[in-house]
Amino acid sequence: MRTAVVVIGAGQSGLAMSWWLAQRSIDHVVLERGEIANTWRTERWDSLRLLTPNWLSRLPGYGYEGDDPDGFRTLPQTVAFLRRYAEVVAAPLRTHTTVTAVRRSAADYEVVTDRGVWRCDAVVIATGAFNRPSVPAVASAIPHSIATLSATQYRNPEQLEPGGVLVVGASASGAQIADEIQRSGRSVTLAVGEHVRVPRTYRGRDILWWMDAAGILDERYDQVDDIIRARNIASFQLAGYPDGRTIDLNSLTAIGVKLVGRLAGVNGEGKAQFSGSLRNVCALADLKMTRLLNSIDEWAAQSGLDRQAAQPQRYAATAVEESPPLLLDLTRGRIKTIVWATGFTPDYSWLHVPVLDAKGNVRHDGGVVSEAPGLYLLGTPFLRRRKSSLIDGVGDDARELSAHLASYLHRRPLQSRFSLQPLDV
Amino acid sequence: MTAATIEKPVDNGVNVEALFGAREALTKSPEAAKFKWRASVKWVNGTHSRTTIDSFYGLGAEQKHKSQFTFDADHPEVFASEDKGATPVELVLAGLASCLTAGVAAVAQARNIQLRSVTASLEAGMDIRGILGADTDVRNGFDGVKVTYHIDADASPDDIKALVAQSQKRSAVYDIITNPTNVTVEVK
Repeated sequence: MRTAVVVIGAGQSGLAMSWWLAQRSIDHVVLERGEIANTWRTERWDSLRLLTPNWLSRLPGYGYEGDDPDGFRTLPQTVAFLRRYAEVVAAPLRTHTTVTAVRRSAADYEVVTDRGVWRCDAVVIATGAFNRPSVPAVASAIPHSIATLSATQYRNPEQLEPGGVLVVGASASGAQIADEIQRSGRSVTLAVGEHVRVPRTYRGRDILWWMDAAGILDERYDQVDDIIRARNIASFQLAGYPDGRTIDLNSLTAIGVKLVGRLAGVNGEGKAQFSGSLRNVCALADLKMTRLLNSIDEWAAQSGLDRQAAQPQRYAATAVEESPPLLLDLTRGRIKTIVWATGFTPDYSWLHVPVLDAKGNVRHDGGVVSEAPGLYLLGTPFLRRRKSSLIDGVGDDARELSAHLASYLHRRPLQSRFSLQPLDV
Repeated sequence: MTAATIEKPVDNGVNVEALFGAREALTKSPEAAKFKWRASVKWVNGTHSRTTIDSFYGLGAEQKHKSQFTFDADHPEVFASEDKGATPVELVLAGLASCLTAGVAAVAQARNIQLRSVTASLEAGMDIRGILGADTDVRNGFDGVKVTYHIDADASPDDIKALVAQSQKRSAVYDIITNPTNVTVEVK
């Protein structure tokens, strides 16, 4: 089978790219291992809602159509939203088609799937950055009496034995899972490393409204000081609760969650060892939040929004007990379960083109994989902008990368049978 | 940038360009980033010992300090010792203090903040029943370390707090004290 472009993955990124390729009359297919929005459908917990408000989902050619713009989608609603988008795009989808290998030859690319082989001039990797749970090495030292599961395996508290739970990681997933498990009557210890604290609403608006309006989400990858750090920053400690409440370490402490430092090791006696750095990671998060709010206030003043918005506000520092515990005996039966909410890594095991760095990430310049002309990456954190991994953010990246892709196809010797007319962007 | 900083560039005596250059170079050649730090010690008498430091390994080669440094350590008279040097645990505090303070200067330079004075006092609690073996529930080491900085700099109080927080984030000795480390002691 032959086409000009193979797009791998039918989440928001693959569909947005399909929309732009269609606009540019570029022949393509979108391959999906499962159904549309597969990760959203199968690899997240039951109560999860998107961290972004409904209105913040402006995809190319589509956007929110409901009557609750400030609400947060449940996962079934997210899947339905992306299914409708696929219809709008009329994406040339091949679902239940798993890519097993991508190779580059002198002339083109070969995309091997469990349903046949595609040859194409360009490949867009839109498989997301959150494929495999990233579990720390210390996991291998956890006593076998303890059940362990990753954030992709966790569904709801009823799945867990009664008894204590250690949640490792306090970004969006870990904080929400800790909240839900503690409320189910199990006592939760939360191991806290570096995290990003933000209020859900600020001065009467959603924090992401401010970041969008002030242009913070539009900051470009080639304009930030340290793009490697920016791409590795943990997800905001946010939740899309229906009541709009803020989740942070103080709210978790208030319902009885016990905070400890980053899980640093498990010693020979089966005791978990926590870092003594809890106070500092909390101080860092508090200071960074204040910096963000200061910049929002400055922007609001410059933009004449001071009168329309509620008064500026500052939040209580994260409360840390005088001497947080450094050890937790995992052999005494107090902890029954450990949930790893320690982030994700992408899975490029099928990509047989030598473009991965030592950490297993694709080397790229704003999504253009320069070492392999015709290969593109889309939808990963801060790919081209701070918002690149948001549903709302992928459209601008897809527009720019599809323009680059179109001109790449145009420059190639005429082996494609298709007429290529790049649009101005 | 204010007029004052244009006239007088921020100078905390830290070569930040070299540090950022090294970070970039070492990202590309991680082998050169592997250092070995060394010390050798000789027992003098009683609890008194003398540690000598002169060489280390890094950037793919043996390196030497400009001169040899020696550190006498002993225990105080209340421990029935002769007090010929600082107590080893105090040397640990010295390491933490120096590491964090170097970090404050480097981060300030990188953030274009002029320091005028930086002082800190450190205090670590310890229940000596641990080291005496009098109570096995008491650990040998510190039960906590408190560091208090006083910093005079051209920056807001929050920016100064952020300097100290970032310095902890990047400090080797802070990491060594707050996280476990495998220690192998052999006799040959």
